[in-house]
Amino acid sequence: MRFIPHTSADAAAMLEAIGAASIDELVRHIPAALRDRARINLEPGRGEAEVVAELRALADRNEGAREYVTFLGAGYYRHYIPAAVRAIASRAEFATSYTPYQAEASQGTTQAIFEFQTLITQLTAMDVANASMYDGASAAAEAVLMARRLLPKRRVIAVARSLWPDYRATIRTYLSALGGVEIVEIPFDGETGMVDLKALAAMAGDDLLAVVIGYPNAFGIVEPLESAAEIARRAGALVISSTAEALALGLLKPPGDLGADIVTGEGQSFGLPVAFGGPGVGFMAARTAHLRQMPGRLVGQTRDRDGRRAFCLTLSTREQHIRRERATSNICTNHSLCALAATVYLSLMGRAGLRELAERNVELAHEAAEMLAHRGIRGRFSGPFFNEFAVRLPHPDAALAWAEQRRVLAGVAMRPHYAELSDCVLVSVTEMNNSSELTMLADVLAEAR
Amino acid sequence: MATAGKIKPIAMNSKTEPGKATQPNRVPLIFELSSEGRRGADMAPRKAGRRSGAEILGPQLCRDDLKGFPELSEPQVVRHFLRLAQLNFAQALQFYPLGSCTMKYNPVVNDEMAALDGFAAIHPLAPPHLAQGAFELMARLEAALAEITGMDAVSLHPAAGAQGELTGLLVMRAYHRKRGETRHKVIIPDTAHGTNPASCTLAGFEVMVARSNARGFIDAAEVKRLVSTDVAAMMVTNPNTIGVFEPEICEIAKILHDQGALLYMDGANMNALMGVAKPGHMGADVVQLNLHKTFSTPHGGGGPGAGPVCVKRELEPFLPAPRLKKTERGWVFDEDRPDSIGRLRSFHGNFGMLVRAYAYILALGGDGLAQASRTAILAANYIRKRLEDRFPCASPEPSMHECVLQHDLESRAGVSTLEIAKRLLDFGIHPPTIYFPLVVKGAMMIEPTETEAKEVLDNFIAVMERIYDEAIDDPEVVKNAPHTLRLSRVDEAEAARRPILRWQPKAE
Repeated sequence: MRFIPHTSADAAAMLEAIGAASIDELVRHIPAALRDRARINLEPGRGEAEVVAELRALADRNEGAREYVTFLGAGYYRHYIPAAVRAIASRAEFATSYTPYQAEASQGTTQAIFEFQTLITQLTAMDVANASMYDGASAAAEAVLMARRLLPKRRVIAVARSLWPDYRATIRTYLSALGGVEIVEIPFDGETGMVDLKALAAMAGDDLLAVVIGYPNAFGIVEPLESAAEIARRAGALVISSTAEALALGLLKPPGDLGADIVTGEGQSFGLPVAFGGPGVGFMAARTAHLRQMPGRLVGQTRDRDGRRAFCLTLSTREQHIRRERATSNICTNHSLCALAATVYLSLMGRAGLRELAERNVELAHEAAEMLAHRGIRGRFSGPFFNEFAVRLPHPDAALAWAEQRRVLAGVAMRPHYAELSDCVLVSVTEMNNSSELTMLADVLAEAR
Repeated sequence: MATAGKIKPIAMNSKTEPGKATQPNRVPLIFELSSEGRRGADMAPRKAGRRSGAEILGPQLCRDDLKGFPELSEPQVVRHFLRLAQLNFAQALQFYPLGSCTMKYNPVVNDEMAALDGFAAIHPLAPPHLAQGAFELMARLEAALAEITGMDAVSLHPAAGAQGELTGLLVMRAYHRKRGETRHKVIIPDTAHGTNPASCTLAGFEVMVARSNARGFIDAAEVKRLVSTDVAAMMVTNPNTIGVFEPEICEIAKILHDQGALLYMDGANMNALMGVAKPGHMGADVVQLNLHKTFSTPHGGGGPGAGPVCVKRELEPFLPAPRLKKTERGWVFDEDRPDSIGRLRSFHGNFGMLVRAYAYILALGGDGLAQASRTAILAANYIRKRLEDRFPCASPEPSMHECVLQHDLESRAGVSTLEIAKRLLDFGIHPPTIYFPLVVKGAMMIEPTETEAKEVLDNFIAVMERIYDEAIDDPEVVKNAPHTLRLSRVDEAEAARRPILRWQPKAE
């Protein structure tokens, strides 16, 4: 086996040192009833060329990955990934290290995380950010748990119906075993596609613990986060924002300036492939006052014995390996390598580039919406959108199927998650779509209609 | 480190004034390398005659400029991160026997496979019939993991081992509820990893601690004493965190099952068991795996991992939704799962990690996986035996894939385990896991894995012997380690006392 370096002479020498006749002898203390049935009935191992052939064959069966013009988004976005991002994130020095427990041997990872934390605070206009979370959905759920620790006497969590369905489902699961809280849904305005502020105001009582709002939301629309936060703040509740399309933060007002207390999101747009839905990278930022209740790893700056700047994991007394059942979360790792990719991506895009790219996404998405409107396909909502939008189609499934025949994946049907939007398709447009693709989209959907 | 041969190193442990030291190897923060007007990515120009994105959305919605954000050219960015890479220890570079983490070789071809367009560019919401390769891969991986563990059904949904634990606990909770029982307690041995109790809290369970016996095992009698109809499950890591196989595991399973409780097995140490013993045969009802340990996906400096959950048939209805389902028209996701605990993340799991794990399993095959576990066991026992004079094992029982060693240097020479760990760095070896498990004083948990050659193990043994002797003869050398890295000992207490968690621009 090519990954195992031991020759039979090595094994014999090692057994001799141990004083055992065979490896079987080393496991003889395990009950025979277990050992005798332990054989793994899988095919024999294969050489690298055969493994590659097998996996290529599977990859080739994912026809949706190529040969289709694609407008799929809905929480995971196709953006161009600069070659430098992949080159650096695949460096074995980063990829084959582990959680930086030994600071002296992990300055590469710790400094990169420190830079990631800084970038997230800049993007969100918050005081502190952690080393990353699993994804946007679990980050939103962890933020709700954090809010619950901050306001233990309150019990109502108001989650916008316009928040991503996967995120709402994840919040429900994370809270499912914990008593003392109730999740209520804030409806959205059927005209604008924005969270219904009047309905929120009606929920904003003494018992309101937190409000969770997408920014942009599951319809691509920029929510009135500031107004919602104002309502929540007056009731003494905490405001959690959740961003699935992190690129939007390059252009939109940062949640921290709009009154959010905990800012979460998914950073997949920052240099990670869509990869059938993972791994992405969750992020979470908060106010300094709430730091001790924040979940996840944190890297801090310090010095070595000679006064040189150094970085290390810190404030770990919040964490599971110290506090065990009283920890702020059970989370151990973050998505460190994905956070590194995001750090490289944001460093390359930089101050001007990130904003320009975000603007380009807005421009292309609006151009697509205009082209569709010209052909009689109207946007479903009137609210301002970033790079995706819902359009109304009389027979969405048939339209998507028609488009697919023409080699266009035109969008995501909304019916599975929003019965009230069963005639809608969510169309996502990024810099990966050129002008001729936009024309093709508009044409095929017009034909289908 | 890369430039160490060319640049004269600054004096070891020189008493330099903070911030004023000559720092030839200091890597500035990316923000400190910025210069206004530089850029690392060029955008296609806006189409002539069209409004800008900022104009479309209007000033009400748009932010001011991203002040303080990096401004660097591409070559600067590449150099910066490659220099950072050089400051890391990593499994690909050196021996990294971090116990319980299974730092084995990560086959490079697996990264290449995950990066294939067919896998990396397939959108999670693509029509299923255009993503059958992804479904097929997941189905085959589920089947392989079920076969390896002796379990009936597998969910690839959880993002990491800890999320897998939470998933498993919620599944067990849902199972009991469906049977009309509300059980509040979970038994956990005192040797358990900290995530176990933390996950229990999150899953709404109260933790009961089972004391291990003098031999470091869970005592079936102790379990019998603790179990009741209020106990939902017991969480066991087997081999346990001392690296020894729980000899009474089958009896413990029976005691639990007799009271209607379930056995949860933390598969963190599965690298000891492949082809050696199957958790399903031990009576486990739920097993969570860590693909980044046993199945060789990269640890990534702390994730992304993947934490599949394997269950017995009776618990399958409760697994996270959606589940893979084979229909006449191929694979689809089955969302209609009324008893499911729901989802704990978006989409379908850390698919990129699943590709790597499947490639690994294909490469080794059933017998190769068994050879991996058996070789890992051989390596751990070899280290244990060779070091027993200076660093005796914490348990008299045979070790599995890792060994927990102790030492008398604290009392003999005032040298701590942490200091030994730091001294190992000087020899280019990543230290083992230290001070864990908590039940072993000054523990060093060493997991060599099967992918390190005998010469590497011999070198480690020689270094450990040398450090032991140094600690006796010249303890200051050990106490002040490391001496040869870019940094001397990092002050972690200072970091916690006065947290600096982000870079701030200098006040003008």
